[in-house]
Amino acid sequence: MEQIFVLTLNGLATGMLIFLIAAGLSLIFGLMDVLNFSHGALSMWGAYVGLWIYTGLDQFWLQKLSGFNTSPWYPMVNILDFFVGILGGMLVGALLGWLVEKYMIRPVYGNHVQQILITMGVMLVLSEAIKLFWGSNLIAAPVPLMLDGSWQIGSLVVIKYRLTIIIIGLIVLGALYWLMQKTKIGLYVRAGVQNKEMVQTLGINVRKVFTLVFILGTSLAALGGMLMGPFMNQVYPSMGIEKQLLAFIVVVIGGMGSIFGSAVAGMIVGISEAFMLYFIPDAALAVNVLLMAFVLLIKPSGLFGERG
Amino acid sequence: MNSLLKLNEVNTHINQFHILQGVSLEIPIHQVTVLLGRNGAGKTTTLRTIMGLTPASKGQVLWQEKDITALPTYKIAQLGIGFVPEDQGIFPLLTVAENIKIAIQDENDKQTQENLEWILNIFPDLKIAWKRPAGHLSGGQKQMLSIARAFINNNTLLLIDEPSKGLAPIMVHALIEAIQEIKSKTTILLVEQNFYMASRVGETFYILDDGKTVYQGNIKELVENENLKRKHLGIYKKTV
Ligand SMILES: Nc1ncnc2c1ncn2[C@@H]1O[C@H](COP(=O)(O)OP(=O)(O)OP(=O)(O)O)[C@@H](O)[C@H]1O
Ligand SMILES: [Mg+2]
Repeated sequence: MEQIFVLTLNGLATGMLIFLIAAGLSLIFGLMDVLNFSHGALSMWGAYVGLWIYTGLDQFWLQKLSGFNTSPWYPMVNILDFFVGILGGMLVGALLGWLVEKYMIRPVYGNHVQQILITMGVMLVLSEAIKLFWGSNLIAAPVPLMLDGSWQIGSLVVIKYRLTIIIIGLIVLGALYWLMQKTKIGLYVRAGVQNKEMVQTLGINVRKVFTLVFILGTSLAALGGMLMGPFMNQVYPSMGIEKQLLAFIVVVIGGMGSIFGSAVAGMIVGISEAFMLYFIPDAALAVNVLLMAFVLLIKPSGLFGERG
Repeated sequence: MNSLLKLNEVNTHINQFHILQGVSLEIPIHQVTVLLGRNGAGKTTTLRTIMGLTPASKGQVLWQEKDITALPTYKIAQLGIGFVPEDQGIFPLLTVAENIKIAIQDENDKQTQENLEWILNIFPDLKIAWKRPAGHLSGGQKQMLSIARAFINNNTLLLIDEPSKGLAPIMVHALIEAIQEIKSKTTILLVEQNFYMASRVGETFYILDDGKTVYQGNIKELVENENLKRKHLGIYKKTV
């Protein structure tokens, strides 16, 4: 029972991380039919830059103020550094997303083969660039002090950082829900997923909406990457590509263009991943791929797909 | 002549196909101009070319004397042109209200609010289904929604593609009445195969054949001219 609880919590946290990466992927595909294979690498940039800022700031304070590590203020500064890291990572994710959309994707609209080739190229360049800046070895990614450790509730162990991820994921989900359901931009996106041409004939610049969605998507992916580091206690260059595969599975299961679908599918895939890794690690990916194949068979547009 | 929109020898290619091969027409303000022609003549492509969805490769589209041939679709729409496509272009998963809301460019504009009230009185069905997904509407109601959506933004020109298609005769009559009301407020370019409807709402007409304008005139004249109808529209007396 305790183990199942731990695995479920772990699965939900994993699911949230994948959801953060998949949400943008799903919208980008749903709205503009663009297959973006560089999404995972962009999320890794968020992870590295965020970690770099977070640990950099942390070191800065520790060096500047001797004995600061024993000060009661330190954990607070430390978590502040962490959140500044998150913001920085997301900003870099947004900036890179903007550049990739503008210079790589725009020239190859409507051509899937070229999109795949060019975004794969971007993925390789971005991953290599990470190695250039930070080397190809693992880098330790410490959990912020205040979020380290766990709570014991009866016989159940709640790992604080995992719960944090779940809460952040829920906040993002709520914010996206608000954006999609209550704002004009969200209305354009939902309509655009169904009929892009018609949205344009109503006087809306779909290109601009798409650029915004793309930037939003890559900054969320960066957030996902940044949160993933301390979750796995480390970052490494190929991490983004590994998670991208899961994110694609999530997009297909949840349905292209559906935020809610990505969230539900993220949870399903995350939980299946957590349980499989515990019981039969070798079959973890296979089970998720089978899950995807199964969904495709019974509902080709995905669980919450907005189009066939 | 006081024309709102003018097409000058417009040619349009779709991929390697040369679809429009010289379409010229003028749409006088405050009138209903009907575009006729048999299946595949290029009527839909003409509307799509005006909207910039399949841009012209040669020739010009002039809006109040200004060349808009190469403008992107959204800018053409912003000039005040509303489009009601052949398949209605409804967003099925959005509610009726959202389908309307998305078209509104300025929520605080008084005229837009008045337009909305006015059009909902003409199409009361939409009011009833206001909160429901538009995908649940009947074919006729979708047509109403599409027309209402194109109308509310103070649009000065509506391009309407075969609104009577697939509708029961009683719905066609309702639509004729609606268009007769709407035409008091705006200019319309109407593609219509239903000759009865065309003759009831239209003033001038153009006939397209094989991607070219081949005839133009006054609707009344066409009603009398059996020969013209037979030659270009495939309409025989006994079927009218
Ligand atoms: N995407 C396309 N690719 C190739 N040919 C096309 C395409 N769209 C239209 N056509 C061709 O262009 C011609 C004109 O089509 P269009 O839809 O404009 O005709 P229409 O007058 O609206 O016909 P209908 O009365 O059947 O609606 C047709 O021969 C059609 O086959
Ligand atoms: Mg047509």
